[in-house]
Amino acid sequence: MSLIEIHDLHKSFHNRKAGGVDILRSIDLTMQVGETVCVVGESGCGKTTLGKILAGLQEYSGGSFTYKGEEVSALRKEQWKTFRKDVQMIHQNPYESLNPTQMVFDMIAAPIRRHKKIRDFDALYAEVVRLLEMVGLTPVEDFIDKYPANLSGGQRQRVSIARVLSMDPKFIVVDEATSMIDTSLRISLLATLKKIQDELGVAYLYITHDLALGRYFAWGQRLAVMYLGQIVELGPTEGMIEDPHHPYTKAILSAGRVEDKDSYDLKGVDIPSFRQIPQGCSLSPRCPEMIAGLCDVTVPKLLEVGSDRFVSCHLYGQRDEPSMAEKARQGQR
Amino acid sequence: MKAQEDVLLEIQDLSIEYRTKRGKLQAVFEASLSIGYGQSVAVIGESGCGKTTLATSIVQMLSRNAAISSGTVLFRKKGEEGVVLNHLNEKEMRKLRWSNIVMMFQASQSSFNPVTKIQTQFIDTALAHDPHADIQEVLKRSKELLELVYLDSDTALNAYPHELSGGMKQRTLIALSLLLDPQLVILDEPTTALDLITQKKILHLLNSLRSSKGFSMMFITHDLGIVTQLADRVVTMYAGAVVENAPTKAFFSDPQHPYSKGLLKAIPSLDASFEQLYSIPGSTPDLVEKIKGCLFAPRCEFAFDRCTKEVPQLRKVGQDRWAACHLLKEVSDVTH
Repeated sequence: MSLIEIHDLHKSFHNRKAGGVDILRSIDLTMQVGETVCVVGESGCGKTTLGKILAGLQEYSGGSFTYKGEEVSALRKEQWKTFRKDVQMIHQNPYESLNPTQMVFDMIAAPIRRHKKIRDFDALYAEVVRLLEMVGLTPVEDFIDKYPANLSGGQRQRVSIARVLSMDPKFIVVDEATSMIDTSLRISLLATLKKIQDELGVAYLYITHDLALGRYFAWGQRLAVMYLGQIVELGPTEGMIEDPHHPYTKAILSAGRVEDKDSYDLKGVDIPSFRQIPQGCSLSPRCPEMIAGLCDVTVPKLLEVGSDRFVSCHLYGQRDEPSMAEKARQGQR
Repeated sequence: MKAQEDVLLEIQDLSIEYRTKRGKLQAVFEASLSIGYGQSVAVIGESGCGKTTLATSIVQMLSRNAAISSGTVLFRKKGEEGVVLNHLNEKEMRKLRWSNIVMMFQASQSSFNPVTKIQTQFIDTALAHDPHADIQEVLKRSKELLELVYLDSDTALNAYPHELSGGMKQRTLIALSLLLDPQLVILDEPTTALDLITQKKILHLLNSLRSSKGFSMMFITHDLGIVTQLADRVVTMYAGAVVENAPTKAFFSDPQHPYSKGLLKAIPSLDASFEQLYSIPGSTPDLVEKIKGCLFAPRCEFAFDRCTKEVPQLRKVGQDRWAACHLLKEVSDVTH
C-alpha cells in the first residue's frame, strides 16, 4: 500500500469578484514510504497549497487524498490524531516559526510531553539530546538552553527539524526550507535531511523554486513540475533534468542553465492569472510548440510516456498516432 | 583600480556603522571599489555581509541609525569634476538621485504608490526634477520606454500598480528608472521576487538597455547564476569587507579568496556532479563583536596564526584582480 495517494485533487478558493478560483486542478500523485518527491514551479503555481493539503493544514475541495489507504477528510478522533502526528511540515521561515520566548529544550520537549507522555525529566532530556544530535546541533550543551535569538538561520531550521522529528513522522512536507538560509550553509542542511531519511525512512515532499537545489535533494528519486495549479511533468529526477519532455520543463531548465546554447524560450513574459486560465492546455498561449486547434482546445491528460515518467502534453502520446516530436525522438535513439 | 578618467563611481575605504542596543555594528569595513563608464559590477555575498548597506550609502539613503564613519564615495560624470557624494547635503543629493543615480531596492515591486496611476508617477518623477517639463513630452518618452521593456504602453500608463503582475511592475520600474537618463543604475536583488522565466527575460532586457543607453550598473545579488549573465566584474563581500574583486570570467574559473572558493562550491548547478558540493563550516560572525584578524579565519580551512592577528588588506593578486588574504602573494603592478 502506498503511503500517500492523491487522485484528481482539486482546491478552489472563494473570491468575491471571480467566484471560485481553482488553485489546484486534477493533481495525481502517489508517494511510497521513504520516498522523496521534489515539487518545483514558479511562485503562485500552487505548490505551497499542495504541500499544506498534504500536511493536513488545509482542506481540499474535490478528489481523493488517502493516507495509508484511509481518506483523509473522513479521518476522525484517534485516526486524525495519528495522521497529524505522522505528517509534519517544516516551514519556510525559521525566523517566524519558532517561539522567541522558549528555549530550544522546551520547544522540542513540549510535543514529546504532550504526545509521548514522557514525564520523567531524565528520560525527556535524553530524548531531546538524541534529537539534537540527529540534526547535527552538537555539542548539544551549546544549544539546548539557547533562545532562538541566539541562533543563526541554519541552526534555527535545525531546531525546527528536531521538533518535527520528535513526533516520529512518516511524511514531512519541506516547504522552501533553505530559502532563508545563507547560501554557504544550504547544502549541509539538505544533507542532514537526506541522512535522516536514510536512518528513519521518512518520506519528503520537498517544495522549491530552485531547480538546482531540487536536483541535488531529489537525486535518484522523483521530480514533479507544476504550472498554474497542475502537475505538467513527473518522473525520475535524472531523466527529467537530462531529457525534459514538457515544453514548460524545457523552458525552466533552459532559464536555469547559465550557459545555454540552444535556449528554449516561452512566448510572452507573464504568467496568466488564475482567474483567466487559458482554454485547453494552460501553457498553450506561451508554448513555442503549440498545435493550433488541439492545444488551445483540449486539455491534455497526465499520461505515462516511459517508465515511471508522466507528461501532460499533446506532443507526447495524447493522440492515436505518435506525434512528430515523438517520431523525432525515436529516430535519435 | 582603473585609470582615473574612466571611473564613474569610486568608493574608497568606506566604513559604515550601525548604532544598535548592543553597541556599534560594523556593517561595512574599509570597502573600496570602482565602476567604470558603461561597466556592470556585481556585488555578491550572503545576507548580512553589508552589500545592501554599501549600495544604499551611494544614494545616501542609509537608515537613521547608520552613519558613514570614514571613507569617500566619489561620483564623476563624463567630462566633469567629481563630487564626493557623502559630503553633499540633502538638497544637493536630491538633485542627483534618479536623474543621475537610480537605485531600485529589493522587492521594488512595492515601491509604486498604490493609489495613483502609473502615468501620474511618471509625470511626477519628471516634474520633481524639472518643474517646467512638457507633460506631453514626458508621456511620449514614457511610452517609448515602456515599449522598450515589452509592455503595452497605453495599458501600463493607465493602470494602477495592483493591476500589474510582479514581473510587469519590475519592468515598469525599469522604464521609470531610465526616464531621466541616469548614468548609474543600482539594483538590489533585481530578480528575487521573479520566477526563472521572467528573470531570464529581465536579464536580457537589462543587458540590451545597458548597451543601447550606455549607463553603468551596479547590482547586488546572492544568486551567482545571474552574475555571469549580467556583470563585467564581481566584487565579493564577507562580513562587511571586500574580499575579492575580479573580472567575471576569471572569478568563476579561478576564484582566489578561500571564501569565494567555498561560495562557488556551495551552490549546486543543473549539470555539475555533487562531489564538489559542500557547505562552508561555521556561520557568519556577529559584527557587533570585535574580531581580531581576518573575519573569515574561523571558518577558513587554510587559516594560520597570522590570520587571527592581522587584518589582510586588499592586494593585487593577478591581472586586473584583487583579493584580501594572507595566503595570496601580491604581484607587482606592471600595468601602471
